[in-house]
Amino acid sequence: MAKSITQEFVKGLWDEIPPFRLVLGLCPTLAVTKSVENGLGMGVAVIFVLVCSNMLVSLLRNIIPSKVRIACFIVIIATFVIVVELLMQAYTYPLFLKLGIFIPLIVVNCIVLGRAEAFAYKNGIVRSIVDGFGIGTGFTISLVALGALREVFGSGTFLEIPVFGPSFQPFTFMVEAPGAFVCLGLMLCMMNIAGNK
Amino acid sequence: MGDYVLLAISCILVNNILLAQYLGCCPFLGTSKKMETAIGMGMAVIFVLVMAGAITWLLEAYLLKPFGLEYLRTIAFIIVIASLVQFVEMFLRKSIPALYKGLGIFLPLITTNCAVMGVCLININEEYTFVQSLVTSFSYATGFGLALVLFAGVRERVLLARVPKPLQDTSIGLVVAGMLALAFFAFKGMA
Repeated sequence: MAKSITQEFVKGLWDEIPPFRLVLGLCPTLAVTKSVENGLGMGVAVIFVLVCSNMLVSLLRNIIPSKVRIACFIVIIATFVIVVELLMQAYTYPLFLKLGIFIPLIVVNCIVLGRAEAFAYKNGIVRSIVDGFGIGTGFTISLVALGALREVFGSGTFLEIPVFGPSFQPFTFMVEAPGAFVCLGLMLCMMNIAGNK
Repeated sequence: MGDYVLLAISCILVNNILLAQYLGCCPFLGTSKKMETAIGMGMAVIFVLVMAGAITWLLEAYLLKPFGLEYLRTIAFIIVIASLVQFVEMFLRKSIPALYKGLGIFLPLITTNCAVMGVCLININEEYTFVQSLVTSFSYATGFGLALVLFAGVRERVLLARVPKPLQDTSIGLVVAGMLALAFFAFKGMA
């Protein structure tokens, strides 16, 4: 049964929200969520790449031979990643420096390749764009949520505005690597509790 | 010589690619359920990463830089890595079919293993020489393998424990990874 366009969008926000339901794309999730701002920037970059690559893959799906499809997908994705990289370098330079090597690494983000393979290669162009946008938005929400949690407790700020007052002792564990893993694990646990009800 | 040893130690322990730089988490969680696949994956990554490190360095120094094509770096590197992975896959299928079956979907996924691409980019960003790049590639990959095998060992034990239902599988995996990262975090004090 074919889903409606709205359903394709909404599924990315809860049913298949990355990286919780689809355990893909963990590396950028862990690495860039030290603050809300980083998470948001990364999320928007991923939405752009995901929508564009889904669109192009869907357009070319009858031309790309199935044996070399992965290579074709990667070249398409890499092209859009370069576009994002150059755009960010031009317009949001401080953010570009903060995200560092994680911008070129969008190319190896399993979510983007996963959607190209699992969805865009089999569906029409409108559906693919909507799917890319939905999954991308879900990813951004997750990044912002995790970023907020870690920034508030780890540095005592939200979007670099102090929230707890001067007497707050930052819980540095949260912004370091071990905190990232534990935090994501516990959020996944919350999702499971919420989902089972 | 001493410099290289220091560089290697720093890459394996202090800046462990997985637990300190968060690269390569997808195969980390995916292939760490059994010790055998963890070792196989570690080996595959070492092999691919050293070759990819060498080839991408040469590509950057002799092709991209002289012609001012640095903006094509992402696409050039990913193509090199993808073809290398294809080669390793064919080799394993022919010579070690058991391992090939065990690694399953994760072998082609080395292409999208951020650790491989990440190390190649780090080598360029830090402006390492060719030999230094080889050393870092090998040590980062060894660090990846080490963390993977350690983690697989812990995870096999976790299977026997009674874990609360919502925490099961990936969730407890991440928390355990956090504890392991905490242990590696202590090496930062050495630097």
